[in-house]
Amino acid sequence: MATISVPNPVPSAIEDAEKLRKAFQGWGTDEKAMIAVLAHRDVAQRKQIKIVYEEQYKEKLLKRIESEISGHFERAVYRWFFDPVERQAIMANIAIKNKVVDFPVIIEIACVNSSNELLAVKQVYQSLYKHSMEEDVASHTTGDFRKLLFALIGTYRYDGDEINTELAKTEAKILNDAITKGEFNNDEIIRILSTRSKAQLLATFNCYKDAHNLSITKALSSKTPNDFVIALRAAIRCMTTPTKYFEKVLRDTLQKSGIDEDTLTRVIVMHAEKDLKEIKELFQTRANMTLEQAVAKKTSGDYKNFLLALIGN
Amino acid sequence: MADETLSLKKAFSGHGGFGVDETTMAAMVAKWRKQPDQKSRFRNDFSGFFTNIGSIEKCEDDYLLRLKTEFSRFKNIMVLWLMHPWERDARWMHHVMHKSYPFTVIVEIACTRTSEELLGAKRAYQALFNHSVEEDVAYHIKESYSKLLVGLVSSFRYEGPQVDNEMAKWEAKALGNAIKSGGSGKLIQNEEVIRILTTRSKRHLKATFKHYKELHGKPIEEDLGANLCLQETVKCIDKPAKYFSEAINTAFKEGADKPSKLSLTRVIISRADVDMEEIKETYHKQFGVKLEDMITKNTHGHYKDTLLTLIGK
Repeated sequence: MATISVPNPVPSAIEDAEKLRKAFQGWGTDEKAMIAVLAHRDVAQRKQIKIVYEEQYKEKLLKRIESEISGHFERAVYRWFFDPVERQAIMANIAIKNKVVDFPVIIEIACVNSSNELLAVKQVYQSLYKHSMEEDVASHTTGDFRKLLFALIGTYRYDGDEINTELAKTEAKILNDAITKGEFNNDEIIRILSTRSKAQLLATFNCYKDAHNLSITKALSSKTPNDFVIALRAAIRCMTTPTKYFEKVLRDTLQKSGIDEDTLTRVIVMHAEKDLKEIKELFQTRANMTLEQAVAKKTSGDYKNFLLALIGN
Repeated sequence: MADETLSLKKAFSGHGGFGVDETTMAAMVAKWRKQPDQKSRFRNDFSGFFTNIGSIEKCEDDYLLRLKTEFSRFKNIMVLWLMHPWERDARWMHHVMHKSYPFTVIVEIACTRTSEELLGAKRAYQALFNHSVEEDVAYHIKESYSKLLVGLVSSFRYEGPQVDNEMAKWEAKALGNAIKSGGSGKLIQNEEVIRILTTRSKRHLKATFKHYKELHGKPIEEDLGANLCLQETVKCIDKPAKYFSEAINTAFKEGADKPSKLSLTRVIISRADVDMEEIKETYHKQFGVKLEDMITKNTHGHYKDTLLTLIGK
């Protein structure tokens, strides 16, 4: 469930556009007013505000926002503004064009979405960047990472519930053979993870657990943690237990020393309208503090206020 | 009587021809009504089809099978004609999994359909077979060209007008290097070759192939060695009309095998509403004879009539 709160009754788009305009004018920016509007409107409302603002004031809203604010706050607001499909396309592009491809972003997008949701992201990506996501991922990665990411992002999985138990057993065995030999970049692992339907994969992982008394992600983590194995585990967890996966990502970034704002922003912005409530609840039981407390401890200023507003403070 | 026998023999001829002459057969039924001796004389006269065992003339099993195939050519083409193109493509691809069709059919479908058409075919495949085509190709096809096929069938290419010419030149060089360094056995599994051929847009690839020719003085097909999969891929992307015209020609060759003959139906049905005019022109230029003449000469009955109508005679 979403965590953002929208006032009832919600002001009209014209009122909101005016408020934003006022926030931009004069010396400095009224960030609190910005947050009060933007963090408390849903996708459709934000879209309307943009249309009305641009008609009324004859300038691009996002460009204005970018010029008024900066740093982590600006990045968070920018990413928040779009609808989920366009947002994911934009974040995928940012991840790809990074000096080193930010593979968790690609894996999350490829593995959490349903086949048709992923397809929608790819279509928007094409219209925005005049390239297919597959060609960009492939041309910016090499070796094993390319094999894995390209396979995960390129596939159009069967979305149904039909599973083949015999096949699940066989493929659980294939996975086990590869894991015991330490051949994580093995073609069969990639084939199974990237082409089988999620229902079939769940069945396969269950067979694996039954046969070895160990979940496949645990089996993978007991080996030396190189980036590729981390990527494999992320893919598996995104496909099978996404809430737990995102909770762990949040907890890791909020509890370790230092902080990775990009990751924090990404998870909160991408889930505030989706399932951040469940992630929050799980976080609280695992971290012994609320998500709000953890975020308030590690961040400051407008960035902190924006995140807290999205988390549902 | 001799004439009638001859024309009836021809009408029933399953050898080398495409289809049977239903009209002549129906006329014979009328002519030889209530004349079992005529039929008996015919059976004795037609030694390829019938052998004497004891007091009856038995059909040769082999001939019967061939004859059934010839009768079904018309049935098949009608059923295919009625089907939705996506379902057709899905069923043809499925045949490849079970080895009754050559793998080049997958290359053909993956590379000559538009991104939307290929996506439709993939959806139809899932609805029909409860598997994604990617998972089936990855699972059933284990030959060296498997990676290329999976890549081709997963593709969702950008179809817009934008082409990065510098990148196309660079990739033409990269292809040249890959060709120089690997033997043709390794070429089909070369990462860069697969990446370029399976992710780039068709416009981009056409530009790349053009640059290759300028750089090396000859078209890339000539440097791909005996690698059928790569050859077909390049041809389908760069010059589909030529590919189809050659597929038709192979079907008409002396001693053509069953799958080659089946490609006549497949090509004409799948291209009738798309680029048949261009294919006819290309065929005429390449082989010095009009397609309608080849069809008239080599095919029979309702099957022939349907083909001629489809190519827009």
